Amino acid sequence: MWPHCSKGIGMNAPISHLRLSHLQRLEAESIHIMREVAASFSKPVMLYSVGKDSSVLLHLAMKAFYPAKPPFPFLHVDTTWKFREMIEFRDRMAREKGFDLLVHINEDGVREGIGPFSHGSNVHTHVMKTVALRQALDKYGFDAAFGGARRDEEKSRAKERIFSFRTKTHGWDPKDQRPEMWKTYNTRVAPGESIRVFPLSNWTELDIWQYILQEEIPIVPLYYAAKRPVVERDGMLIMKDDDRMELQPGEALQERMVRFRTLGCYPLTGAIESSADTLEAIVAEMLTARTSERQGRAIDRDEAGSMEKKKREGYF
Amino acid sequence: MLDANLNPATEAAVEGIRDYLAAQENKTLLRFLTCGSVDDGKSTLIGRLLYDTKLIFEDQLAALEKDSKKHGTTGEDIDLALLVDGLEAEREQGITIDVAYRFFSTPKRKFIVADTPGHEQYTRNMATGASTADLAVVLVDARQGVLLQTRRHSIIASLLGIRNIVLAVNKIDLVGFSKERFGEIVEEYRAFAKDLGFASVMPIPMSARFGDNVSRPSENMSWYDGPTLIGHLETVDIERGLSAKPFRFPVQYVNRPNLDFRGFAGTVASGSVAVGDQVVVAKSGKPSRVKRIVTYDGDLSRAAEGEAVTLVLEDEIEVSRGNMLVTPDARPHVADQLAATLVWFDEQAMMPGRPYVLRTETDEVSATVSALKHRTNINNFAHEAAKHLEMNEVGECNLSLQAPIAFDSFADNRTTGSFILIDRITNRTVGAGMILHPLRRAANIHWQALDVTKQSRAEQKHQKPAVLWFTGLSGSGKSTIANLLEKKLHADGRHTYILDGDNVRHGLNRDLGFTEEDRVENIRRVAEVAKLMADAGLIVLVSFISPFRAERRMARELMEEGEFVEVFVDTPFEECAKRDPKGLYARALKGEIKNFTGVDSPYEEPERADIHLKTAGRAPEDLADELEAWLKDKGIC
Ligand SMILES: Nc1nc2c(ncn2[C@@H]2O[C@H](COP(=O)(O)OP(=O)(O)O)[C@@H](O)[C@H]2O)c(=O)[nH]1
Repeated sequence: MWPHCSKGIGMNAPISHLRLSHLQRLEAESIHIMREVAASFSKPVMLYSVGKDSSVLLHLAMKAFYPAKPPFPFLHVDTTWKFREMIEFRDRMAREKGFDLLVHINEDGVREGIGPFSHGSNVHTHVMKTVALRQALDKYGFDAAFGGARRDEEKSRAKERIFSFRTKTHGWDPKDQRPEMWKTYNTRVAPGESIRVFPLSNWTELDIWQYILQEEIPIVPLYYAAKRPVVERDGMLIMKDDDRMELQPGEALQERMVRFRTLGCYPLTGAIESSADTLEAIVAEMLTARTSERQGRAIDRDEAGSMEKKKREGYF
Repeated sequence: MLDANLNPATEAAVEGIRDYLAAQENKTLLRFLTCGSVDDGKSTLIGRLLYDTKLIFEDQLAALEKDSKKHGTTGEDIDLALLVDGLEAEREQGITIDVAYRFFSTPKRKFIVADTPGHEQYTRNMATGASTADLAVVLVDARQGVLLQTRRHSIIASLLGIRNIVLAVNKIDLVGFSKERFGEIVEEYRAFAKDLGFASVMPIPMSARFGDNVSRPSENMSWYDGPTLIGHLETVDIERGLSAKPFRFPVQYVNRPNLDFRGFAGTVASGSVAVGDQVVVAKSGKPSRVKRIVTYDGDLSRAAEGEAVTLVLEDEIEVSRGNMLVTPDARPHVADQLAATLVWFDEQAMMPGRPYVLRTETDEVSATVSALKHRTNINNFAHEAAKHLEMNEVGECNLSLQAPIAFDSFADNRTTGSFILIDRITNRTVGAGMILHPLRRAANIHWQALDVTKQSRAEQKHQKPAVLWFTGLSGSGKSTIANLLEKKLHADGRHTYILDGDNVRHGLNRDLGFTEEDRVENIRRVAEVAKLMADAGLIVLVSFISPFRAERRMARELMEEGEFVEVFVDTPFEECAKRDPKGLYARALKGEIKNFTGVDSPYEEPERADIHLKTAGRAPEDLADELEAWLKDKGIC
């Protein structure tokens, strides 16, 4: 049925933008970007974070190279604190779609016992995510890495290029970005340098959900509302996903109907109370939401410029 | 969201969501950019658009209130500009540095806004925003009127193919909502913009800060009866007409998962194609037919502008990335010389004669600007003489490419008529070009007067001149190896020439025999010719027995330091005599040829050859590879 028989599109619409629907345009743009990378880099990788944006990326990659499989591996940087359901989902996807899955864990961090409870979100994220990612990129020598970031997510993202240059030390210089003209991407890097590529740059959160709905893309069940054991902590609802989370005095574990708008390390990801247990209901809820998506992430709340700082250091 | 009057997710809402999404799907997309001088209120305007279309979430609003107190410029009010000035450096300096993309929608359309900076040094970012936009909102501060940046940005918008302009006369509240002032500015702008080829210029008086005429009609300007900004953006016709243009399919990626499938992946740049249609390969002119249009969701019968598909052809013809599949009826230009308008981005000025990498959507080739015809004064659009283009300058140039590319003129096709230039060393994107037309070679040989030096000649060829001097016995393999090496270098795009006994003895040195004197003279002439060729920027391969050390030293001394490479092709006499490809050894040994090297004339082996090739037991290909690797290593090619 998709993309040609969708009803009512482009009948007497003026041509250009109107002939293809908004989602068809976005899809084509993302596929174009992925093919550019496959054609011009020697060692690309797709960063697979298991969230809904990664699910969309994976789906687009399957489309871009059909009938071939995506000609690059998928890398998951596992902080060891991800929701268990994410890991199950990741392994199932790799099996079903037949892509090449690489998992990287910062073993130094594991040895030092770094974790969000003991070290706080900043140290944990830096060591287990940012440093781990750099380790993995260096280890395999990837010269291009796809990420699922969108420009509508956060202010410093809004200024990032689709092909975003990184120095040998993985640094991002927001003040010296390559001009990006048309769909003509500068894919040239010197040895050791790399490019982060964001095929979903121009998608909004609504587009993502709409596309998941339309294409019936599988996502981690945590996005759907269900009864889950949660604790109220620092104004967030944290799900107790395993025994590493200890209750503090005055805290009580409650079964509540919750779901997640974004997925990350379970101790750092706030759930929202919701009864939305279908995609339609999730979209309906989103349309009436009163807080922006990233609010559920502890790392963004420190201060306004925090995401930009993390990115300069090499966070995705 | 900001407004409290949205209903919670009711059952009905959930049920209706598919309908709602279908309606969303049918919305059209308008990409526009905002530009103008710094402080004209761009960020405030975009903040206002997001605010008025209710895209500001509560947490963002709370953060905004906090930020307004810290960085704001609006006193007690919320500073809407802080919503969009994302980078810390920008907040600290209170300016917008880089283009930011914003998303909002109204019941009629979806919008992607490129918020582009006003500071002169960031003009390149404005060009970035303009390259993907259909319309430009040019802001003017009602108190200041049309400024240098207003003109500059309008010209860049025009050069980048934007045909629809909104002239937003902002801060009208600060001039008492004056009709006269508005009229003056509109008149001034129209006078300036009349030659910029805009299809429409829509002037709107507004106050971004207070919201007048942004989404709600102003109560303070009864004299104005035109649309609000949103009203205009929702209805303006942004026909690009790319689907009605001839079929163009730049090949991005050859998809070859197995021997049974060979597909060409790409995005249709213009026009459309159906199964069974005839197409030609732009660069070779080879025809074929479309056998299948493959997508993950099943084969299509037709694909049109904007669709990312994979084409399978009827015939096994040569097509690789960078080439284009096109309609046979209206083909693109294929040329290695072209005229284009350049916008320069880099701090290092554009110099004619310097090599750059030219990148079209999928093709990449080495290029030099052979002539800068004029610089465009962006205040008045006048043509001025110039020797180079500084950052943010615009000019018209002739370019000379190392290989032909397929293209259209930018006026005909924004996608296949544009390119970027990349610095070969730093890989920075240094400029962007809009193609005017192809040039016949003859039309482009009138190079701009510049000092043509050995270096500039070599740079144009993207190589270091060198003289590779192959010495060794007759039949040692000098010519075989030199020929193989030349093939490799040539395939690699190097400019080369071989001098050997055959092509020199019959012409230039026809008067010389084989006496010792003549042999010295022979070598002297060859060395001088090699020197001239090196001066012309070539890589010269000299294949001469040259048995005497003194002559080889003489040749070396003629060349520049490091330019002369002595290659000793070391094959034992017995082996050469056995191979005897021309039967010369047999005759010399019988005494029929006098002064034959190795027989009755000595061969002085090099004492310190730059490369010593012991050929025994090795294939010539192997030896040529070794030589090539050595040259690469030394940075010669
Ligand atoms: N009175 C008034 N002030 C405005 C208006 N639009 C913007 N400003 C103010 O002009 C200043 C510069 O605005 P800003 O949006 O940062 O300009 P930009 O540099 O073009 O992004 C800020 O102090 C704004 O509050 C307007 O319509 N009326």
